[in-house]
Amino acid sequence: MTAPTKVEPAGGGEEQRSPAEMRRARNIGIAYLVLAAFVLWAFGIGSIGEGDAAFKLVRPTDRFPGFPDLVVPSAALAFIVATVLAFLGGIQLTRGFKKWTNVVLAIALLLFVFAFLGWATAGKSFSLVGMMQETVKRSVPIALGALSGVLSERVAVINIAIEGMLLGGAFVAALVGSTTGPYLAIVAAMLTGAALAWVLAVFSVRYRVDQIITGVVINLFVLGLTSFMTFRILSSNAHLNNAEILKPIALPLLKDIPFLGPILFQHNIFVYATYLLVAVTTYALFHTKWGLRSRAVGEHPRAADTLGVNVYRYRYMNVMIGGLIAGLGGAYFIQGSVGRFDENMTLGRGFIGLAAMIFGRWHPVGALGAALVFGFSEALQGKLAILQTPIPSEFLAMAPYLVTIVVVAGLVGKARPPAADGQPYVKE
Amino acid sequence: MTDHEQPSIDPSATTEPLDEGSTLFRDITGVGLDWRSALLVPVLAILTALVVSTVIIALTDLDALRMWGSDPAAAFDETWDTIFAAYKALFQGSFGSIRAISETLVGATPLILAGLSVAIGFRAGLFNIGTEGQMLVGGMCAILVGISFSAPLFIHLPLALLAGALGGAVWGGIPGLLRARTGAHEVITTIMLNFIALRLVDYFLKTSLFQAEGRDDPVSQTVATSARFPRLLGFLDRSDVRVTFGILFALAVAYGIYWLLYKSTIGYEFRAVGYNPDGAQYAGMNVAWLYVGVMAVAGAMGGLAGSDQILSVLHRGTPGFSAGLGFDAIALALLGRSHPAGVVAAGILFGALRSGGQQMQVATDLSIDLILVIQALIVIFIAAPALIRAIYRVKTGKSTEQLTRGWAA
Repeated sequence: MTAPTKVEPAGGGEEQRSPAEMRRARNIGIAYLVLAAFVLWAFGIGSIGEGDAAFKLVRPTDRFPGFPDLVVPSAALAFIVATVLAFLGGIQLTRGFKKWTNVVLAIALLLFVFAFLGWATAGKSFSLVGMMQETVKRSVPIALGALSGVLSERVAVINIAIEGMLLGGAFVAALVGSTTGPYLAIVAAMLTGAALAWVLAVFSVRYRVDQIITGVVINLFVLGLTSFMTFRILSSNAHLNNAEILKPIALPLLKDIPFLGPILFQHNIFVYATYLLVAVTTYALFHTKWGLRSRAVGEHPRAADTLGVNVYRYRYMNVMIGGLIAGLGGAYFIQGSVGRFDENMTLGRGFIGLAAMIFGRWHPVGALGAALVFGFSEALQGKLAILQTPIPSEFLAMAPYLVTIVVVAGLVGKARPPAADGQPYVKE
Repeated sequence: MTDHEQPSIDPSATTEPLDEGSTLFRDITGVGLDWRSALLVPVLAILTALVVSTVIIALTDLDALRMWGSDPAAAFDETWDTIFAAYKALFQGSFGSIRAISETLVGATPLILAGLSVAIGFRAGLFNIGTEGQMLVGGMCAILVGISFSAPLFIHLPLALLAGALGGAVWGGIPGLLRARTGAHEVITTIMLNFIALRLVDYFLKTSLFQAEGRDDPVSQTVATSARFPRLLGFLDRSDVRVTFGILFALAVAYGIYWLLYKSTIGYEFRAVGYNPDGAQYAGMNVAWLYVGVMAVAGAMGGLAGSDQILSVLHRGTPGFSAGLGFDAIALALLGRSHPAGVVAAGILFGALRSGGQQMQVATDLSIDLILVIQALIVIFIAAPALIRAIYRVKTGKSTEQLTRGWAA
């Protein structure tokens, strides 16, 4: 899904590669070898004689509770993974994987995580299905935030305010959800996100204020205002902070598929909405007139304007649609999760969403994939505490941020933003 | 590089923008403004922010809102009383007594240092959102020196401050290096490094290196008295007058940064990069290394801000001891127009808001978070001079035009 779309040169053979690409290919090759050595040392030798890892693929309450566990000997798994990684590193360093580089990279990382889980679970059993379900849940606000970012950055408006939109949406969702119903609350949260997006658009499109500064200020403002109102209104009126949580809707038949059913098809409406929105925005951005024009506004506004596209209108519209989506992400914290608002409850999820957008290369599907990676890391933290591994949870908590830095530093391929990203447009 | 110091090509002396693509960032950050417009907008912005927050106080008073229907006079009285009490407490808590002034300065000290950290970045065209993380890393380094040994004050305290500055410089230098080597945008990397620093502090506070004996929770040992800033008004012998020599240190550092930026060659190059990176490159400056240098100096300021939190006030580390000051510093640097003198003035104002806000929280049922709202509003109005122009029908200097660059840069 994130495979590069570069066209292979017609002649085949050794294509022209820039020094940066060569360096990157070499770095990835070395990284495979280092990972292989690490897996061998830490997970292989470390778990000899500690027994098998049993991954539970179904839960006792599922339709087919008898489905067997996936049992693997930890040490053997690590040795196999290390061998494969070393093999991949060798190929990468000699002839390279060309257009499959990123796919191979993803597979290598999955193998690494698998070896790690095998090591952490050695001699115990571990509910893989539970963790994957948790991953999907936790990725929802991140994915919605990232989607919001994709929409506004595709028309060249940098959106740092995702965090504020999530937090503002969550607050309103709690307040409205406690006084009326959950669906009205979701709508109110989305409108709140859109209102904040409107502020962002007015400042950055109309007044041409620096978009990063505007975003930071919106975040500060929302954090201050929601905290202030939590203390002033919610803390003394408990009934205003007690919203209904939406129940999961299990999709008939699909929910009974072993392993995949609980992970994908037994969720509340937010999860389905997220996947639907990713599909719709992907289609709309790349297969409709609106999408083509939006991307033109983001890449070359002058050209778009010359051809009669109203640059300002597209920027306002897309940023505000992004706001609606981020507001939905905010409602997830209330109606989709805990049902009550707490000060600064989004805890930087909006910034992670921003990172997911970059990681996903400004593409809705890529952003969803990145959000799942970040959601996985969040879910893993909780589960590892149960497995009692010697790794401090703080380091796992750092992992998404480190990954993001590695990504923006171009070590995993150069992520290219829309050409006009961040630049206001002045009509001549 | 001496030929750079000729006044004819001093960037701050030029009023015409060199290229259309980079004016607004400077307009907001105050770079290249004359004194009158540099002052007028902040004053009007503060005024407007106070008016708007008054409205917010009135609109969030649920009891009074219910009364408006039945008894408007009583409702008005109640709202008026709340607002009056709030602003009275805000003023008394910030300037009303020696203790209040002392608290204002206690709050202002780390804010000034953190504000300098952001302002230096702005001057060089870099957006340092990482002050929060730099405070944490610098503060932890200062704690380490403060708890590891004891020495006479005149050795121990400077060593602790040096460690704090170095720690912050390293943490700030990383995004600078990434920017220089790979083009990774400092806004993303500094935000991420903030989160990493937060987790590192959580982790290290639980290691035997830092953790106080007999504690299970993440709390560090207390730094030695010889590493702490002494009380400035210790002769008064009042335990509630907490202001330390840290405020004098912060003022000295602010002057040092002023000297660095406006009187030294390296500061000239910092500003030249901020004004026009391509021009700086063309003039033979090593822009890549200047980014590292700018971020390292900015990080050092953040590190000193964190160190002051520890060595003046807290005396020990707890999770997230930077308490969001690094984010307040962004608003502060914008209000202070990214000039060291402006940062000092804005730092004292924000320190006053913080100290007064505490009194307000005690005296009324308004939470101190209102201060965040006021600060954000101030910056919103500063960031959009066109708004202020529209409201007050005044001229606020040149019109807003463009900004910096996107993620790519």
